[in-house]
Amino acid sequence: MKHMTRKATRHVNQNEGLIFEKSGAGKAAWKLPPLDVPEVDSAKLLETSERKNLGNMPEVSEIEIIRHFTRLSTWNYAIDLGMYPLGSCTMKYNPRVNEVVSRLEGLANGHPYQPERISQGALRIIKTLSECLLEITGMDAITLQPAAGAHGELTGLLMVRAFQQANGNPRKKILIPDSAHGTNPATAAMVGYSVEKMTSNAQGMVDVAALTAQSSEDVAALMLTNPNTLGIFEQEIHKIADIMHAKGGLLYMDGANMNALVGKVRPGDFGVDVMHLNLHKTFSTPHGGGGPGSGPVAVKQMLEPYLPKPVVIIKSDGTLGFEYDRPHSVGRVRAFYGNFGMFVRALAYIMANGPDGLRQTTEDAVLNANYIRKGIEGAYDLPYSTPTMHEVVFSDKLQAKKGVKTMDIAKRLIDYGFHPYTTAFPLIVPGALMIEPTESESKEELDLFIEAMKSIAEEVEEDPQLVLDAPHSTRVSRLDEVGAARRPVLRWKPES
Amino acid sequence: MRYLPKSPADREAMLKAMGARSVDDLFAPIPAEYRLGRDLKVPRQMAESEIVDWFHQRSKENGEGHATFLGAGAYSHYRPVIIDSLISRGEFLTAYTPYQAEISQGTLQSIFEFQTMICELTGMEVANASMYDGSTAAAEGVMMAVRLTGRKSVVIARSLHPEYREVLATYAFHQGMPLAAASFNESGRIDRKALEKSITPDTACVLIQSPNFFGTIEDVGAIAEIAHRQGAMLVVSIAEAVSLGIIEPPREADIIAMEAQSFGVPLGFGGPYCGVIATREDFKRQMPGRLVGQTTDRNGKRGFVLTLATREQHIRREKATSNICTNQGLVALMVNIFMTIYGKVGLRELAKQNLAKTAYAAEQLGKHATLLFAGAPRFNEFVLKTGEDPYAINSRLLGHKIVGGLPLKNFYPELGNAALWCCTELTARTAIDTAVGVVADGERSARNMIEVDEQEVTR
Repeated sequence: MKHMTRKATRHVNQNEGLIFEKSGAGKAAWKLPPLDVPEVDSAKLLETSERKNLGNMPEVSEIEIIRHFTRLSTWNYAIDLGMYPLGSCTMKYNPRVNEVVSRLEGLANGHPYQPERISQGALRIIKTLSECLLEITGMDAITLQPAAGAHGELTGLLMVRAFQQANGNPRKKILIPDSAHGTNPATAAMVGYSVEKMTSNAQGMVDVAALTAQSSEDVAALMLTNPNTLGIFEQEIHKIADIMHAKGGLLYMDGANMNALVGKVRPGDFGVDVMHLNLHKTFSTPHGGGGPGSGPVAVKQMLEPYLPKPVVIIKSDGTLGFEYDRPHSVGRVRAFYGNFGMFVRALAYIMANGPDGLRQTTEDAVLNANYIRKGIEGAYDLPYSTPTMHEVVFSDKLQAKKGVKTMDIAKRLIDYGFHPYTTAFPLIVPGALMIEPTESESKEELDLFIEAMKSIAEEVEEDPQLVLDAPHSTRVSRLDEVGAARRPVLRWKPES
Repeated sequence: MRYLPKSPADREAMLKAMGARSVDDLFAPIPAEYRLGRDLKVPRQMAESEIVDWFHQRSKENGEGHATFLGAGAYSHYRPVIIDSLISRGEFLTAYTPYQAEISQGTLQSIFEFQTMICELTGMEVANASMYDGSTAAAEGVMMAVRLTGRKSVVIARSLHPEYREVLATYAFHQGMPLAAASFNESGRIDRKALEKSITPDTACVLIQSPNFFGTIEDVGAIAEIAHRQGAMLVVSIAEAVSLGIIEPPREADIIAMEAQSFGVPLGFGGPYCGVIATREDFKRQMPGRLVGQTTDRNGKRGFVLTLATREQHIRREKATSNICTNQGLVALMVNIFMTIYGKVGLRELAKQNLAKTAYAAEQLGKHATLLFAGAPRFNEFVLKTGEDPYAINSRLLGHKIVGGLPLKNFYPELGNAALWCCTELTARTAIDTAVGVVADGERSARNMIEVDEQEVTR
């Protein structure tokens, strides 16, 4: 515990019950203006459809609501407080100008069905962001409609299926490496494909010889994350693409780890046919405690006819508009046009960076991850010695000898003032510690993290129970997750 | 670059500590032939003031200052200011998904309250932590019914939002789920006789919307009875959440797939919004998406965790109930705060104002044009059929900085010159009266033209 006071100190935070426990009849936080039209008799208008009772909805005042949510907020960790080393989650700084511009009146209050002639601002934003993302990925066409990464995967695979179908046969299988994110196989199943697992080679990369053997005319596509979830760039990426293409299969890239590539290399240049991006990872839109995300899908020209509709076009009079007449489109994946508010934020981020800033961002992200790797190598087992990019995966092999697992180390990290890294993923590393610092960390913060990790490794040797019982500094200790799942309590109920 | 917290000296020191000569060493794993040897062609690095200016211009080109009669799945309601004060706190805004419960109790408790209030409002027993939006929630709700019944086909009301129907068609296409449509009658409600005939022993569920796309309130009890009699489930989509303040919720439904945008979420040109799925206790293990549950810590203190995760993709992979991962966290928090502000009494009063504005507008406009589907109760939308093309009416209304109702020609060609109008508590009487004047002018000249035509024919 020798270093912990350098990063974090315990402080008092307020207790707070559920909002329902503060409710009292007659309290209110709302006031409506006087009605400027005649009152109506709702019973007469609605007949039997009229609702009489809103059950246990709360009645509280404004100050109570402010305190309630402010108190709750202080129980959260956040990027604004410190480093969030979650692997493949890219928890980077969320610039505040993004929040300001997304709330400008015309953008925040624009209705999705308002006439195109008064929607040129929004259309221009969609068009400009699309062009930037195409340049960054090296692809030919894009849709911004998908609401998150997994939704982008769904859209991408629907397009793969439509393409294969148009070439005579939708095919049966999607190849997915054993190191992949769980959304990949779940998405393949939703598009009616069976999943064939690929085993990684000893360097943590795609086994090219095995891929050659597995590749067949039954395979619709290979879904690959690059750099993969070990942080390793697939060095034989073009050979992989060639093997797929030789049998008529497509190469899908999961863009979760795009933060390692922006401005340095473009997926479109190394053989990728279709990919999704996560605006809430690479392009700085806030994660918000679990969303909203945004998962644009970029494709090569031969997939362009299958894009979800509508697409934004330049009309004959030079203005922008939506085109709905897309006979080969896979259809809609969402009502309206996608998470537009996230497009505004992502574009503001790209503008704040420019080409030089985007490249420097990528370089710093990779620099930070490698600095951490160097810093804690030796204290933790590094299962793959292959060079890594923006993230690195260790294992708990050394600590497991003392009965301490990756989750225990992660919980202890909380006491040192850090959010845990990603635990137990990717699945190919038993007891994984998956660390991605992003570019947003200073050298000082990285040094504190390295110190904390080394200090915990020492604690495991000297006093493993201290680590097993962690966290010690939070308002709740480890929670009974088994009990929560066995007897689920999913809502508050009044005491009867 | 102002977001990057390192000096050139820091970078040098870090490289030196690692034994690297330059940062290029770190990119050596990327084959040289693919490395980008030039600047990206994106806008140059801009100052904050320039970025704000650029988006100000775009905002001005995007209908700033217009009153609107548009609804159709995206509703213009007042957003109390404390919603943005609270969601702007970095501890909410910049937090990750609450997998690490000990340092995420704020997010977790707030979701637990959200789930509780959605249950109270919908009359269901469990609600999830959110879905992307109402359209994808409806599609996932249907897939849930398919899993629960072991049946494959689906009957969809034509009075369900047309874009929701399109999304469902996309989702269903490769999952071998045949879709059948159920038409609406002259009151705008589902044609129950036709519905009864379209249900087969393979029908997993009937999917309806209430209030439906035309604003009409469906007789959910009667529809549920028809579906249940033949062993099918009833999935109800709710696109206008404020209706729950004064309309009886579809308690007879098995699954409710909701869009909660009306509860404090900006229109934002169509997103991000907030879908939710609510259902009965018995069906919770087939729900998609995240769920928060109450539990205790090692000292017996109350706390909250993400639970029943064995349904989800990160555990079950290709056997998961859905591929959904990221949902609408911060938007669900907006919804939660909105529900807390209006609460038990305010939501009803708010809904009542919507009802009054709409009743006034429908009555006034109905004096000059035909109100379709007048025979059934409605909430805050109605369909107006005019002699004049609604696009022409809207074009004149734009001159008054008013956006008229949504022309329905593309979605329902059989309704001819019909448009879907919406009023909320924000619709001013002056805007309604102006719109009535513009519609009345158009209708008078349309009638005159018909009369002239008829005279010419008689002659």
